[in-house]
Amino acid sequence: MPSITSTTPPCGNLPTHTDTTIYQFINCRLVRRGRIVKDDFWVRGGKILNPEPVFYVEKLQADVKVIPRIKKTPGGPGGASILGVHVEGPFISPAKKGAHPLQYLEGVEEGMSKVLDVYGSIDNIAKITIAPELPGAQEVIRHLSSRGIVVSVGESTISEFHHRDPGLVGLLTSRLISHPVHYGIISDGIHTHPAALRIAHRAHPQGIVLVTDAMAAMGLGDGVHQIGQMKVLVEGRKARLVDFDTLAGSVVTMDDCVRHFINGAGVSLVEAIDAATLHPARVMGIDHLKGTLEYGTDADFVLVLDKGPLKVLNTFIAGECVYSASDAPNLTFTQKSPSDI
Amino acid sequence: MCECVCVCVRLFVLARQLPARFTHRRICVRELLSASASLSYCCHIITTSKMRLVILEDSERVAEWAARYVIKRINDFQPGPDKYFVLGLPTGSTPEGTYKKLVQYHMAGKISFKYVKTFNMDEYVGIPRDHVQSYHTFMWESLFKHIDINPVNVHILNGNAEDLEQECLSYEKKIVEAGGIELFIGGIGPDGHIAFNEPGSSLVSRTRVKTLNQETITANARFFNNDISQVPKQALTVGVGTVMEAREVMVLITGSHKAYALHMAIEEGVNHMWTVSAFQQHKRTIMLCDEDATLELKVKTVKYFRSCIPTPPCDEFAETEFGPDGGVPVVL
Repeated sequence: MPSITSTTPPCGNLPTHTDTTIYQFINCRLVRRGRIVKDDFWVRGGKILNPEPVFYVEKLQADVKVIPRIKKTPGGPGGASILGVHVEGPFISPAKKGAHPLQYLEGVEEGMSKVLDVYGSIDNIAKITIAPELPGAQEVIRHLSSRGIVVSVGESTISEFHHRDPGLVGLLTSRLISHPVHYGIISDGIHTHPAALRIAHRAHPQGIVLVTDAMAAMGLGDGVHQIGQMKVLVEGRKARLVDFDTLAGSVVTMDDCVRHFINGAGVSLVEAIDAATLHPARVMGIDHLKGTLEYGTDADFVLVLDKGPLKVLNTFIAGECVYSASDAPNLTFTQKSPSDI
Repeated sequence: MCECVCVCVRLFVLARQLPARFTHRRICVRELLSASASLSYCCHIITTSKMRLVILEDSERVAEWAARYVIKRINDFQPGPDKYFVLGLPTGSTPEGTYKKLVQYHMAGKISFKYVKTFNMDEYVGIPRDHVQSYHTFMWESLFKHIDINPVNVHILNGNAEDLEQECLSYEKKIVEAGGIELFIGGIGPDGHIAFNEPGSSLVSRTRVKTLNQETITANARFFNNDISQVPKQALTVGVGTVMEAREVMVLITGSHKAYALHMAIEEGVNHMWTVSAFQQHKRTIMLCDEDATLELKVKTVKYFRSCIPTPPCDEFAETEFGPDGGVPVVL
């Protein structure tokens, strides 16, 4: 991993973030409830703030008014909070194993005891991908669901679509399922044909979740990389196993996926953003905290360039700027002076 | 124009009455004025003891004129940390246009509300402060969220106070403590009411709880899902007497449905059935209206007031640069 040293903090010199500092981002275009609205955006204590009671009840004004515009500064890396582990395998179909080595696949006839054997504790697992046609899988899926773990169906023979046997794809428009079905799509221009992307989206736009499937070689550039026990060849946007002609995850980033989704499937900006934010939050059952810009939710957000191809300028986690693109403009701001109090 | 003429006349009259020591050398204007310190004060009374009826083409021009007048008054006042400009504010669709213009001019750097205090006219009783139809929400969305006013200087009656009468009394007290209202902006109802001072309200009334009449409740139902049961039945409102105590009052009247009310307000007598008529007895009132609102006035009334329309405030604003998201100044 190339090391980046920078003495300038991200986002220029935005005043240090404290629990009580009120930030007001002026004149933003926000994705809110399926539309783009023009409004200011307030943050305090790592949460998105409702400014109306701050005005009328607390009688406070913003401490820092941020005007997202103009000037250059080097950026720095940051880290998002980790919600838990998504384990994909080993309970998957041999016929659909992809890059997973065959010798590590397992059956699940023995039920939950086998699952606990394999994973040890499932306390940190947030999501498990499993092939439902494996014997014993149904029982395991029921148990995992009851533990609050999201179960995802994948690497399964029923992924294939046939017009007399629609399989998983048929679930997308099922009237028998009461709660929304979500489906992950790797929108990198390689895993999914644009037509398939369009068809899936049109069949069930509310369920689409953009997935990068990015593995450790993401960001490392072209060449041969050792990922776990596999040798992976990265060429441009494609990552393949060296020994077999199979795709091995991807090296795409989420903003790439969003851009490709808009260009490839012709969806609107809001739909693409929701597919990368709101829908995955719903899958994990945390849309009351993340994936939206609603008041009281975590202030995890990105500032993107409004014109031209969507480009991430700054990333904020819990209200703190953790990343600026290397050519991102510096955020200009005004700060309330102590004499104003 | 009328104001300038009056001042010149008084100066001339005074010059002829000056003591002997002034007659033997050139008289400079400053000496003239210092010779009678009360001169400018008298002129102020004479030239502004008049109702001004300003008739503009349409409601957008009314909004523009009103916004520019507010800006002129605040900037001329030169408010500071020891000298706040106290503004009385209404709600409704006509003021909404004015607020939009004020916000645009604020964004263009023409006006700051840092040293402005506000008092709103009224608020419903019993609906939550953040209800979509509350006047708190209206003012937040239309004005306060876009400007630099300090929230401690913003006053709106609290319709959920435990003791509503006490709330009204303390509101009157706060107005006095703020130094009284410099400029009170208001609208007019089709029945000639100002704020919630509906027909029959005392013309010397103060801030109080008012039960809304059936006509008002029915008219408001469209904002409450057409469900009469959800419409507030009471409101807290400043009284006619409260507004009369402001140093200047500006009433915004637009639309033909307000025309009869305007007629009753300025062409007939002072009458508690048309409470806006009380302002005939105020020292300094502007009635700002569009053509449609004058439809019930006599031709001679309109001709008279057209002949002495004051110059548009802040004429230089016609060239204001608003930037990509702002509006465009309207030619007044």
